[in-house]
Amino acid sequence: MATINLVEELQKPVPFSGPDMPDDELLRACVHCGMCLPSCPTYRETGDEASSPRGRLWMMSAVADGKLSLLDPDFDEQMYQCLNCRACEAVCPSGVQYGPLVEASRAQLEQHRPRPWWQQLLRQSVMSWPFDDVRRMRTGARGLRLYQQSGLSRLLQRTGVLKLMRLENLERMLPPIEESPLAPGKDTWVPKAKLANAHVFNGCVMSSVFPDVNRATGRVLAHNGYATDVPVGQGCCGAIYSHTGMLDDARVLARKNIEAFERAGDGAIVVNAAGCGSALKEYDHLLKDDPRYADRAKAFTARVLDVNELLDQQPLIPPTHAINARVTLQEPCHLVHAQRISAQPRSLLRQVPGLELVEMQESSLCCGSAGIYNITRPKMADALGDRKARNAMATGAEAVVTSNPGCQMQLRTSLIRNGSEQPVEHIVSILDEAYGGRTATGWAIDHQ
Amino acid sequence: MSNRALIDDLVRVCGPGGVRHRLADLMVFEADGSVDGAVKTTLPQAVVLPTSTEQVAGVVKIARKHGVPVVARGAGTGLSGGAVAINSGVIISLTRMNHVLEVNLLERTALVEPGVVNLDLSTHVKHQHLFFAPDPSSQKASTIGGNIAENAGGPHCLKYGVTTNHILGVEVVLPSGDIAWFDSNQAGYGGLDLTAAIVGSEGMFGIVTKALVKLTPIPQSISVILAAFASMDDAAMAVTEIIASGTMPASLEIMDQLSIEAVEAAYHAGYPTDAAAVLLVEVDGHPLEVAEISADVEALCRRIGTVQYRQSYDPVEQAALWMGRKMSLAAMGRLAPNYYLQDAVVPRSKLVQTLDEVDRLGRASGLPVANVFHAGDGNLHPLILFDRREKGAVERVLELNHDLVVACVELGGTLSGEHGIGSEKRDHMPLIYTESDLRAMAGLKRSFDPDDFFNPGKVLPAGLMCGELKDLHMQRMAQKHGIVAF
Repeated sequence: MATINLVEELQKPVPFSGPDMPDDELLRACVHCGMCLPSCPTYRETGDEASSPRGRLWMMSAVADGKLSLLDPDFDEQMYQCLNCRACEAVCPSGVQYGPLVEASRAQLEQHRPRPWWQQLLRQSVMSWPFDDVRRMRTGARGLRLYQQSGLSRLLQRTGVLKLMRLENLERMLPPIEESPLAPGKDTWVPKAKLANAHVFNGCVMSSVFPDVNRATGRVLAHNGYATDVPVGQGCCGAIYSHTGMLDDARVLARKNIEAFERAGDGAIVVNAAGCGSALKEYDHLLKDDPRYADRAKAFTARVLDVNELLDQQPLIPPTHAINARVTLQEPCHLVHAQRISAQPRSLLRQVPGLELVEMQESSLCCGSAGIYNITRPKMADALGDRKARNAMATGAEAVVTSNPGCQMQLRTSLIRNGSEQPVEHIVSILDEAYGGRTATGWAIDHQ
Repeated sequence: MSNRALIDDLVRVCGPGGVRHRLADLMVFEADGSVDGAVKTTLPQAVVLPTSTEQVAGVVKIARKHGVPVVARGAGTGLSGGAVAINSGVIISLTRMNHVLEVNLLERTALVEPGVVNLDLSTHVKHQHLFFAPDPSSQKASTIGGNIAENAGGPHCLKYGVTTNHILGVEVVLPSGDIAWFDSNQAGYGGLDLTAAIVGSEGMFGIVTKALVKLTPIPQSISVILAAFASMDDAAMAVTEIIASGTMPASLEIMDQLSIEAVEAAYHAGYPTDAAAVLLVEVDGHPLEVAEISADVEALCRRIGTVQYRQSYDPVEQAALWMGRKMSLAAMGRLAPNYYLQDAVVPRSKLVQTLDEVDRLGRASGLPVANVFHAGDGNLHPLILFDRREKGAVERVLELNHDLVVACVELGGTLSGEHGIGSEKRDHMPLIYTESDLRAMAGLKRSFDPDDFFNPGKVLPAGLMCGELKDLHMQRMAQKHGIVAF
C-alpha cells in the first residue's frame, strides 16, 4: 500500500512553486485565439503548435493546473526553444505579457530542475564570470583585438585548428574589434549648445566589442545638444540572467545600475543595445517585490530611452555629410517588439542626405541571435539567420542597418555564410558618419 | 492495436520529425480560438505534420487501419471547435504544407497548399496588383485550408463574396485514402460541382491538400467613410437604404456605443463617443465610380441625419479609420477580461428589431453585450462580455448565447455567418433545419465518409451527440421549443 502511494506520489505532476512563479493573472489573459502563431520565428520554422506562443502558454497553464509536470522534458525544451523575441506580445489582441511569463517559467525550471555539474560549470565560466564584472569582458576584448590584429586569427582559421576545437561558430561571429574598449567614467562629449544631459549605458558587449559605436553615440548625441557621459559604477544590464531564469542574479546587477545612474544626476539614460534597453525598461517589474528598490526601479525605468527613441523626439540637427547608398533595416526584436520602437529608426535614416532605405521582407522576424541562443541552439539559430540573410540580400542594399550587438554579430555571420559581402552597421555609426565621424567639429571630448 | 503500433506506422509515413505523440506536444492541440467551456475537446492520440499530399493520404490509410478518427487542422484559429479532436484520434496539422505553388497572371489564379496563411497569399501577389479577397479578421494567422473548411467571410465579402466564390478547384484526400481533384473551373463543365460541396464542409468530406484560388485585382481607388448617428435605428436605416439604392460598397460595418467607448479608450481612433452608432463604409473600384458612389452615400447619410461625417482617400487616414473596427475585439479587454463572439445572421430588414432583442436579452441576463458587425450582410457579432473567474459565468454566457440564437432564428435568421458550426453550434442545428434537411446533409456526409471517420461529431447532431453541453442546449430547447434530438 505504502509502495503504491509512493509511486503515485512520484507520478504526480510537479507544479510551479517557490519564488518567481508565472503570474496566474497574466497567464489567464490568453484566450488562445492563435493570432500570435505567424509572428513566432520557431513556429514559422517548424509549423508545430508546440513551438508557438499559444502552445507554450497552454503548457504553462497546464503546469499551473497540475495537468503537466514542470519537469516534463518537452516543457523544458519548449521554454528554452523560445527565443524570447516577444514578437507575439506585439500582435496579441489580449495584451498577454509573454516575456515575463516565459522568464518566470525558466526561473521555475532553474529552481526545480538541477542542471548537471558540467552545465553549471559552463554557465559559471561562460556567463557569470565575464558578465558579473564587465571589466573582465573588456580585458578579454583587448586580448581578442590583439589576436585579430596580430594575424593569429587568420592563421588558426586557415589551419583548421578552430574547427578542431569546435570554436569556429564562436570565432566567426566576432566582428573585427575596431577600437580599444570603452571604460566608463572617462569620456564626455560636450555640445555647442546644450539642450539636456544624457548618460550612455555602456553595456558589456557594446563597450568591449563595439566601443566605436558607443563613442559614435556620444558624438551623435553631442551634435544634437546632449551633454553626454558614461557614468562610472554601471555594469551588465542582467538580461543574460533574466532570459535564462536566473532572476536573482539579474536583480544584483539591476540594483548596481540603479545606484550608478542615480549618482550620475538628472538626464536620460540612453541605450544603443536594444536587448539591454528592453531589460533596463523592465527593472520595475524585476524589482517590484524589493521594498528598498521598487520605487527607485520605477524612477530609473522612466529615464531609460533607446538611442533611436531619444534622437527622434525632434528633427535631427541636419547631418552635414551625404551618404549615397541604399541600406536595409533589420529590426531587433527587443526594439520593435519589446519596446515597440519601429518608426523612429526609419525616420532617422530618412534624415540622412543621400541615403535610401529599402525595406526587406520580414524585417521584424528574429534573426536567431537572441542573447546566447545562437550558441546554445545553433541549428534553429542558423535556420533563422539564413532566412534573414536571404531577405536582406534580396533587397540589393549595400548595407544592413540594425541597433543591437547580438543582431549585428548574428547578421554578419549569416550573411558571410550565405555568400554576401553586405556590411552590417549600427544605426548610430551611420548617423555619426553623416555628421563627419571622428573628425567632425561641433562637439568636444574632455578627458578627465 | 496499441497506440505504439499506430505511432510506429505514422512515423514510417511522416518520419520521426513529422509525428508528435507525447503529452506536452499533444495537449497544445486541444485549443482553438473558441471560448473555454463552449467546446469540449479531447487529447489526440497523435498529431502529424505532413509535407505532401502523399503523406496525408498515407496517414489517412493508417488511421483507417487502426480504426481511429482523423481531424484536419490549419492554424487552429477557428471559433467553433472545428479543428479539435472530440473523439481522440489523429490530428493532421497542415501547417508545413505552406507553399504558393503557382501564380497564373493571365488566368488570375494561384495554386496553393492548404497551410498558406491567408494574408501571406495576398502579400505574395501584391506586386502583381492582386489579392485574395476573403478577409476574415483572423487573416494574419488563419490558413487557406481552414478558410475553405469554414467557408470564411470577412468585412469585404459584402462585395466580393465569401470563400466559396474564390475557390476554383481542390485536390482532396478522401476518407478512403484516395486522392481526387474536383474542378469547377473547366469550361463547359457538366458534372457535379464537388468543389462547392467541399468548401464549408468543415473537414468532414475530405482533406484539402491543394487549392486553385481566384485572385482579384486590387481596386484602383478606395474611399473610406465614417458616418456617426444619434441612434442605432438611423445607422441601420442608412445600411438598408444604401443597399436598396442599388450601390454596392465593399463593406458596411456598424459599431455600437459600447464598442466605440472601448475602442476610444484603447486606441483613440477618433470615433465620436457621444454617437449611438458608427457606420464605416468602404467603396472601391474605378475612381469615377468610387466618387459617384461616395457622393450617393454621403447624400443618403445626411438625409437620415448623420451627426458626424468623414471621408478619406488617404491610405494612412483610412488605416486610422479602420483601426477602431479591426481592433474592436482586442479593445474589449478594456471592458471585461473575456468575451464570447456570437455569429448569427439576420435579414438586413430586421437589424434594428434584432439589436433591440439582443439588448433586451443582455439586460435580462445581466451580461453586457457589445455589437460590432457586418451590417451589409446582416451578419451580427454580438460580443457577450464576462469574467470567466466568476462562478457560473461561462454557463450564463452559454445560456444567453442560446437565447440570442433562438431570437435571431425567430426573426428569420440563421446560426452562423462565417465561423462555422463545428461542435460549438452543432446542437443548435435543429433550430433552423428540419429533420429532412438534416437527413439530406447526413446523406451527403455518408456518401463521402460512410464510416464517419473524418472529423466525427461535428456539424451534424444526429446520433453523435454527447456531453454536458449538449444536455444543456437540449434541455433548454426542449423547454422552449419542444425540440428533441433524433
